[in-house]
Amino acid sequence: MGMEGIGARVLRKEDKRFITGKGRYTDDMVVPGMKHAHFVRSPHAHAEIKKIDTKKALAMPGVIGVLTGKELKADGIGNIICGWMIHSKDGSPMKMGAWSPLATDTVRYVGDAVVIVVADTKGQARDAAEAVEITYKVKKAVISAVESLKPGAPQIHPEAAGNLIFDWEIGDAKATEAAFKGAAHVTKMDIVNNRLVPNPMEPRATLGVYDGAEDHYTCWTTSQNPHVARLVMSAFYNVAPENKLRVIAPDVGGGFGSKIYIYPEEIVCLWASKKTGVPVKWVSDRTEAFLTDAHGRDHVTHVELAFDKDHKMLGLKVDTIANLGAYMSLFSSSVPTYLYATLLSGQYDLKAIHANVRTVYTNTAPVDAYRGAGRPEATYLLERIVETAARELGIGADELRSKNFIRSFPHQTPVIMCYDAGDYDASLNNAKKAADWDGFAKRKAKAAKEGKLRGIGMSCYIEACGIAPSAAVGSLGAGVGLWESAEVRVNAVGTVEILTGSHSHGQGHETTFAQLVSERFGLPGANVSVIHGDTDKVQMGMGTYGSRSGAVGMSAIVKALDKVEAKAKKIAAHLMEADEGDIVIENGELKVAGTDKKVPWFQMALAAYTAHNLPSGMEPGLKEGAFYDPSNFTFPAGCYICEVEVDPDTGTTKIVQFVAADDFGNIINPMIVEGQVHGGIAQGIGQALLEGAHYDETGQLQTASYMDYTMPRADDLPSYKVSNTVTPCPGNPLGIKGCGEAGAIGSPPAVINAITDAIGNNNLTMPATPLAVWNAIQATK
Amino acid sequence: MSKIEMTVNGRKITGECEDRTLLVNFIRENLGLTGTHVGCDTSQCGACVIHVDGRAVKSCTMLAAQANGSVITTIEGLADGSTLHVVQQAFHENHGLQCGFCTPGMIMASVDIINRHPDGLDEATVRAELEGNICRCTGYHNIVKAVLDASKKVNKSKGKKAA
Repeated sequence: MGMEGIGARVLRKEDKRFITGKGRYTDDMVVPGMKHAHFVRSPHAHAEIKKIDTKKALAMPGVIGVLTGKELKADGIGNIICGWMIHSKDGSPMKMGAWSPLATDTVRYVGDAVVIVVADTKGQARDAAEAVEITYKVKKAVISAVESLKPGAPQIHPEAAGNLIFDWEIGDAKATEAAFKGAAHVTKMDIVNNRLVPNPMEPRATLGVYDGAEDHYTCWTTSQNPHVARLVMSAFYNVAPENKLRVIAPDVGGGFGSKIYIYPEEIVCLWASKKTGVPVKWVSDRTEAFLTDAHGRDHVTHVELAFDKDHKMLGLKVDTIANLGAYMSLFSSSVPTYLYATLLSGQYDLKAIHANVRTVYTNTAPVDAYRGAGRPEATYLLERIVETAARELGIGADELRSKNFIRSFPHQTPVIMCYDAGDYDASLNNAKKAADWDGFAKRKAKAAKEGKLRGIGMSCYIEACGIAPSAAVGSLGAGVGLWESAEVRVNAVGTVEILTGSHSHGQGHETTFAQLVSERFGLPGANVSVIHGDTDKVQMGMGTYGSRSGAVGMSAIVKALDKVEAKAKKIAAHLMEADEGDIVIENGELKVAGTDKKVPWFQMALAAYTAHNLPSGMEPGLKEGAFYDPSNFTFPAGCYICEVEVDPDTGTTKIVQFVAADDFGNIINPMIVEGQVHGGIAQGIGQALLEGAHYDETGQLQTASYMDYTMPRADDLPSYKVSNTVTPCPGNPLGIKGCGEAGAIGSPPAVINAITDAIGNNNLTMPATPLAVWNAIQATK
Repeated sequence: MSKIEMTVNGRKITGECEDRTLLVNFIRENLGLTGTHVGCDTSQCGACVIHVDGRAVKSCTMLAAQANGSVITTIEGLADGSTLHVVQQAFHENHGLQCGFCTPGMIMASVDIINRHPDGLDEATVRAELEGNICRCTGYHNIVKAVLDASKKVNKSKGKKAA
């Protein structure tokens, strides 16, 4: 490992612009003639649109255009789609209701976009939006997924009878039933996974620019995957052909999944730019973000886990209802199915699993992937029921887990996944040591003397990253392949540019990706630039989500570097009249092994471009591209331990220590990986203690600002003890697994297991607010 | 319309804006200083923290007209030329930022916290003082480390005892 190579804690190259106020986010972009948009949104959760009158608004000062869904449809703009086909167990395809970027006949959730107003200033657009008169016929709304499935519930989409989108299953129902018949003990639970709002700190924004002279569109947008945005807007929404549409995702202020999807606003602003002849910018305010960003989680599940007399797990039965909101967002169908139920084996050698999942429309914001996406839901129910079972069986939570760990790899689970490598004992032991697990009883006794209830909880998670082998996900219904691309350009002076289809919105790619070049060629990181987020620069890419930039994005860079290295060695061998097999690259020099002959890297690069003296038949230049399609998912895993003190008088929970022991395979930059884990844990603790989106029965979102939705703040959280053990991933050239979501996946059950341990009542739902905890304590009295 | 005269990052500026214009919007849109960010609309997130007459202020809580005559420092004016402010340097060295969106407000608030605690800071104080700044990426762990680190360096350079 060099100073800036693989494994080094290299400080981030991108920091300087952010700490000096020079970051460039979408809202910072200004183009000549730019005007401002405001969307008129439905104030009702469910209503028919009877009439839209834009006359008054059009007469307001500064107004350039007031446009409706009818005009959008007349111009042939398509409906928003879900890109992952799921079939119900009866073989029928999922029932996708139409989602027009601007609603024409019916609105289905509070925040549904109906009209766009374009004006000279933001204030004028907002003023004019208030003058748009829309007559609604309000209909009854349904908020809860369970209620939505009941007979007589309001029908939300004509395409989906009874609001059921699909009724899907995985695993072997018969084998699972048989396993339960032979069980010595069965633990049963009803578990709710609370609805969350992702809340990246940068609200969504877009700037659509139509150039009539070139018949060309440019879309600046807060996207995690600008190429997918371009593909979908071109192929499905009919905004513009791909070669006439440039999508730029500049600095993006966090995503956490919510910026994967193509929302109505990007489409409508591009279209409105052509309609009005001016560049159109829209920036979400925070309440709009709460109302319209795709939410996460929102599962209701009944789960049963069967054991034999030796406490070995025999089978798992899961019945889940997942709320997908008012419309099917881009990857919404994959989250409660292939990203969820395929992880239900956890770290355990379970022989039989059956899971049934029904997805449902409700009059709420669309629900899609949020950090972890399906895997937190799987982990929460499995790690809650394992902990509960340990309490019922009267054995240690660590012992019950350890007794059932998978120890032989590769391991085929009953739910599709084939785990390639792992060492779950290592993370369990690592976590127990860091948390002083064995000293807990003493600490509990001490806390009791001080009138506090102290509890400890564990969670052993597994997740699937490296998403994903294209043929595999294609066979499961994905509309896209999930490879990644890279191009490595060595300039004539020897500096290097990496063009990647991954997108960094906080992950530090500019630093980590450059470390691969430093490692390989011994070049300083300062000589390497990483370019991403612009469809005019990077040809194609699948973007960043599912912790895929390491395992997939960096693997593509490695493939391209292999090609660069091979050509560089050929050139150097030719220049030094040596055999290319004898060339080694070290410290920025190409050397003939065992001799003192060498060529500096820049000289080799210059030779490639002067082309005066290249091997016969070799093309000039040094630039190589690669597409990398993974051979399997990767399987990060770990053990989290949370220790809490609860004040029995107030129900207030204080996290007194939080330990994360992860296995992410090989690590390129430990500093960045730790940062990812810290952030994930904070979001997981947020879910467990503080966060929850709440609609009233008429469909008004009552938690639509930071006054009402409790974001974790510095004084809500502890410092974390983070460490890792390593089993390299055998499936990719760097042996890495992915680290972006683990914290959010592993932490919620650890927190709730700790609180329920402290208070002696297992009946506690997230978020465990002081009131919820106090009520749970009272119920024990 | 309001006429505005103020000193921003050491430079006297004049401008005109609608009476209802918030200070943050004046800074971003009229002055083109886009390092100050807008992350919410309820004065909760702290992404827009700047210094007004030497004190940290959420610039979405003031009208531009109210700041008339003030001396203002934004994130763009914190460094001394190419030399970073000690708090900026500490955020870099402690990996106290990821997406960077909350960072300018976080840094401006932290400078103020350190100024108000000349005898040094401990973790609990830093966490309590940062309550008005929301970060969604870092889980605050490294931000707290950065502020403590910067506080120590500031106090050391003043020859005072660090906490």
